[in-house]
Amino acid sequence: MLEFRSVRKQYENGTVAVQELSMSAETGTITVLVGPSGCGKTTLMRMVNRMIEPSSGAVLVDGTDVREFDAARLRRGIGYVIQQAGLFPHRTVLDNVATVPLLSGCRRREARTRAAELLDRVGLPADLGRRYPAQLSGGQQQRVGVARALAADPPVLLMDEPFSAVDPVVRAGLQDELLRLQEELGKTVLFVTHDIDEAIKLGEKVAVLRQGGHLAQYAEPDALLAEPADDFVTSFVGRDRGYRRLSFRDSRRLRPEATDTVHIGDTSADVPSRAGWVLVLDAHRRPRGWLPPEAAVDGQLTEDQLVAGGSLHVEGTSLRGALDSALSAPSGLGVVVDGDGGYVGVVTARQVLDLIEEHRSSVTAEGVAP
Amino acid sequence: MIADLLAWLTNPEHWRGAGGVPAQTLLHLYYCVVSVGTAMLIAVPLGLYIGHTGRGATAVVAVSNAMRALPTLGLVTMLVLIFGLGDTPALAGLVILAIPAILAGTCAGVDSVPSDIVDAARGMGMTSIQRLWRVELPNALPLLIGGVRSAMLQVVATATVAAYVNLGGLGRILLDGLAVGHYEQMAAAALFIALLAVAVDLVLAGISRLVVPRGLALAAEANRDGS
Ligand SMILES: Nc1ncnc2c1ncn2[C@@H]1O[C@H](COP(=O)(O)OP(=O)(O)OP(=O)(O)O)[C@@H](O)[C@H]1O
Ligand SMILES: [Mg+2]
Repeated sequence: MLEFRSVRKQYENGTVAVQELSMSAETGTITVLVGPSGCGKTTLMRMVNRMIEPSSGAVLVDGTDVREFDAARLRRGIGYVIQQAGLFPHRTVLDNVATVPLLSGCRRREARTRAAELLDRVGLPADLGRRYPAQLSGGQQQRVGVARALAADPPVLLMDEPFSAVDPVVRAGLQDELLRLQEELGKTVLFVTHDIDEAIKLGEKVAVLRQGGHLAQYAEPDALLAEPADDFVTSFVGRDRGYRRLSFRDSRRLRPEATDTVHIGDTSADVPSRAGWVLVLDAHRRPRGWLPPEAAVDGQLTEDQLVAGGSLHVEGTSLRGALDSALSAPSGLGVVVDGDGGYVGVVTARQVLDLIEEHRSSVTAEGVAP
Repeated sequence: MIADLLAWLTNPEHWRGAGGVPAQTLLHLYYCVVSVGTAMLIAVPLGLYIGHTGRGATAVVAVSNAMRALPTLGLVTMLVLIFGLGDTPALAGLVILAIPAILAGTCAGVDSVPSDIVDAARGMGMTSIQRLWRVELPNALPLLIGGVRSAMLQVVATATVAAYVNLGGLGRILLDGLAVGHYEQMAAAALFIALLAVAVDLVLAGISRLVVPRGLALAAEANRDGS
């Protein structure tokens, strides 16, 4: 467990970056520090590996004050990922990843073998190891940064805005990758971001910090959205928090219904006579798009006769995705697929909303605050 | 004039023996390598220390600027008055001449290492000395070697002063030409000094390619392409 005990940090110029803050992060979970720029997130995180010494108070790792360790040694036992990856430009990717094992006295060959394993772990091809950082994309550099932090298999991982310098699509990929890795590795992760969506997606618990290093709220993401502690947290979590909260509702009780479907390559004779939209599938029963009502099909049905579909809702995932699939579909019917992307059925926004209402009344009936 | 120069160059007498062009060129080169090598032994560790700790930077900049302003000939004369004639005062003068450029290159090299990389090195658990050896020095190499190259060019040009204190080198040929009013001989000596400077600089450029880590060259290239 990581524990901050009334830590306070005042820099030489008088800036108080962290103000009497106490909190603890559970072993084996991802804890996110989130807050606006300059609120003291980095300062707080860097106290853990003694990159910054608190002015007062103490930081404990598994009950031991970090000041009892030699600083360099402590840092080798704590993975550290920084914003621009901070890779060493003069070393190959493989040697970058092998840095900490080599520092700890591992043999070069051994360290490189381990480094190669880690590249694979973070989803990078092995031949990337021979390249230099200048030859990688931003997203690849971030992955190498994560691999480097994991190389010595540290129980604790500090990540300071590791994904903020890449585009949103790559960022989402890296976030998913982190969650997958965490499932395998179960590290104690302290993750800094100023992006509330990232905090809610990754954090098992989220600490919202306010300017001057005050802890405004420390809660599970669902609770943060449901009951923000004050006006600051309310405005920080943003307007559509009700909608975003649906991320934490699973859709198992949603019952997809059947709708008319045809396949790519079918002829006009196969297309049902219809008043509504028809869903078009490919040979593997994966949705390809929609055929508008009354659209004429001459000859075989091809892709370019279709209207693009909305987002797909994977069975059993959150209600947010289910609602979005219905709202984004041209037909108003959200397409539900199984894990392999195969068509299961469709849902309407009305069905999703009914489920939400049902849930609310059942919770209220039990006497629990909504 | 050109004809005189050609006549001088094609006279086999000038290419033979201890006073000939090949021998004097070698001697010249020897003075340069020894003095720049000595200057590196002093300036590189000092520059690394200053760059790494950030301590004493202003004092060193002031002193090395003052050193640059010293007239080498005057300095050598003074050293001769102190130490008497011989290799030492001439070489010492050249060493003092070479130090500022190498020191400045080394300091600038260490300063140029991006702070996030040094911070990452610290965060990985590198000790201060490991950071210096494994991160700052390799990343400082391009500018460090740049400093050595410019020091070397200065020294090759200035090593002629060794002749003033009765030593050899291409300066000997130059000064002897001056003494007897043989201007074609002075022109030939100047020509060889220039050629030697170019040749030595090419060799250093080659060494630079060998020792600067490939990743840095690639990064510099990527920067050029990007901007
Ligand atoms: N070395 C320092 N000396 C003086 N003040 C500092 C120093 N480092 C940070 N600060 C100040 O302390 C406050 C907190 O800084 P910190 O870097 O912890 O913020 P942050 O939450 O990580 O911000 P960001 O999201 O921009 O990274 C800021 O006001 C900053 O200006
Ligand atoms: Mg920060």
